[in-house]
Amino acid sequence: MRITQGQFSYLPELTDEEISAQVQYALDREWPLSIEYTDDPHPRNTYWEMHDLPMFDLKDAAGVVKEINEARKQHPEHYIRVNAYDATLSRQTVAMSYIVQRPSEEPGFRLERTEDSNRQIRYTTHAYVTDVPTGQRYKQNQQ
Amino acid sequence: MKEQEGPGGPPKPKRAGFGGRPASSSSSSEESGEDGGEPQEPAEELLADDATIDLVADRAKAGVDEVLAELDRELVGLLPVKQRISEIAALLLVDRARRRFGLESERPNLHMSFTGSPGTGKTTVAMRMASLLHRLGYLRRGHLVAVTRDDLVGQYVGHTAPKTKDVVKRAMGGLLFIDEAYYLYRPENERDYGQESIEILLQVMENDRDDLVVVLAGYADRMDVFFKSNPGMSSRVGHHLDFPEYDVKELLDISGLILAKQNFRLDPEAEPVLRDYLTRRREQPRFANARSVRNALERARLRQARRLVTAEGDVSKDDLVTLIADDFLGSRVFDGEPDDESDTDAAGRPAEESAEEPVKESAGG
Ligand SMILES: Nc1ncnc2c1ncn2[C@@H]1O[C@H](COP(=O)(O)OP(=O)(O)OP(=O)(O)O)[C@@H](O)[C@H]1O
Ligand SMILES: [Mg+2]
Repeated sequence: MRITQGQFSYLPELTDEEISAQVQYALDREWPLSIEYTDDPHPRNTYWEMHDLPMFDLKDAAGVVKEINEARKQHPEHYIRVNAYDATLSRQTVAMSYIVQRPSEEPGFRLERTEDSNRQIRYTTHAYVTDVPTGQRYKQNQQ
Repeated sequence: MKEQEGPGGPPKPKRAGFGGRPASSSSSSEESGEDGGEPQEPAEELLADDATIDLVADRAKAGVDEVLAELDRELVGLLPVKQRISEIAALLLVDRARRRFGLESERPNLHMSFTGSPGTGKTTVAMRMASLLHRLGYLRRGHLVAVTRDDLVGQYVGHTAPKTKDVVKRAMGGLLFIDEAYYLYRPENERDYGQESIEILLQVMENDRDDLVVVLAGYADRMDVFFKSNPGMSSRVGHHLDFPEYDVKELLDISGLILAKQNFRLDPEAEPVLRDYLTRRREQPRFANARSVRNALERARLRQARRLVTAEGDVSKDDLVTLIADDFLGSRVFDGEPDDESDTDAAGRPAEESAEEPVKESAGG
């Protein structure tokens, strides 16, 4: 199941040129960017791991694209996203956030029903892939 | 979130190149067409073989002449440097013209080294160079990132690579100016982290040539040693620009430029004194060419201010803009001592004497 998160996620996957153009859009507004990755696809998982440090004072998208490719090399089967921060309100606010890589297989989620008192049913989603410890998920295609 | 396929039924094949993976051959072509998959160079159509190009008009359009004229106006002397810069401009223009005919060739290598004594205009020229290369379409942004060893090399293991990479990322699309590059290499200390930085730079100079230009600057003798011990660096540098020392006439012209910019003028009697000053100063240690001129004028302004404040009577506009002979004659240079120039020693050359008061002569004159 193709998960959708952040900007552009209902569009076809961005090509590298499109990613670069979006990065340039952020840089032109002087928004610093950061790259994050995760292997937990749950929509409530907001805190992803940082790849390297946030990038400040860049002028050209090539520097960020270089780093995105570095992250792809290090985590070939993870979700990777790019965030841009707008500090104009003197708070670091996420202005852009979009996925630039996803695992080659996305097994999806199962719906779990828990029976509560008074015959109430509570629902939760469970990502199949999280049955495996972090770091070993999405292994099928690694190497 | 339910287990559902998207509206299109089975998952669509991935796009070419997405996620950094090479696309499997079956799926690559299908979708890349509809997103207007841009060709690498969306530029103009190729010209026919019998077409002609007006290089002069091209030159004007790129604003090359403006930059070169500005360079000529604002920088005195430096003929060999200006010559080489206009050659580089010509090279890039011709390269562009060739590409419009579809004549492929490798992008010219524009990594450079600027060698010359302190204050000969290396940093200033680097700034102009960045804007020129931008106008010629060689650099996408044309900004200058000026760094020294401290910005590139870390203090402990694992600190250097992120630092150097961060600088490189910031310089992408522009010009990376490494001042006194030879400090990166410390042969006396085997485990110096500078070597790590050099290795990253070597890679960048080779692989990211399309994205940035690296300029290594420093004093000629030390640069020579640096290049000898780092042949990789030397071979990646396409242009060596040597900045000559200024003669007295050029130094005077420079002082004219600086004074005009700051709304000062020389009293006619002060001119020979300044010439004499520069002639003497030039022979003394720690002479920093144009920067020494700038400093000498700063100190003359100081003396002028003191003269005007202690003088009796009102001052006119003319008094305020004029530097007279006495303003220069107060200098220690005329006693055969070097003027205090501790402020020029950002160069890292240790000051031979400890810093003294900027103006030594007593207030009485
Ligand atoms: N040919 C020139 N004409 C006019 N001004 C000049 C000229 N060369 C240098 N200057 C001025 O002298 C000052 C010092 O120049 P700059 O900083 O470019 O020298 P540098 O070669 O980088 O010195 P260093 O090696 O000490 O870093 C600047 O303010 C610059 O404007
Ligand atoms: Mg300099």
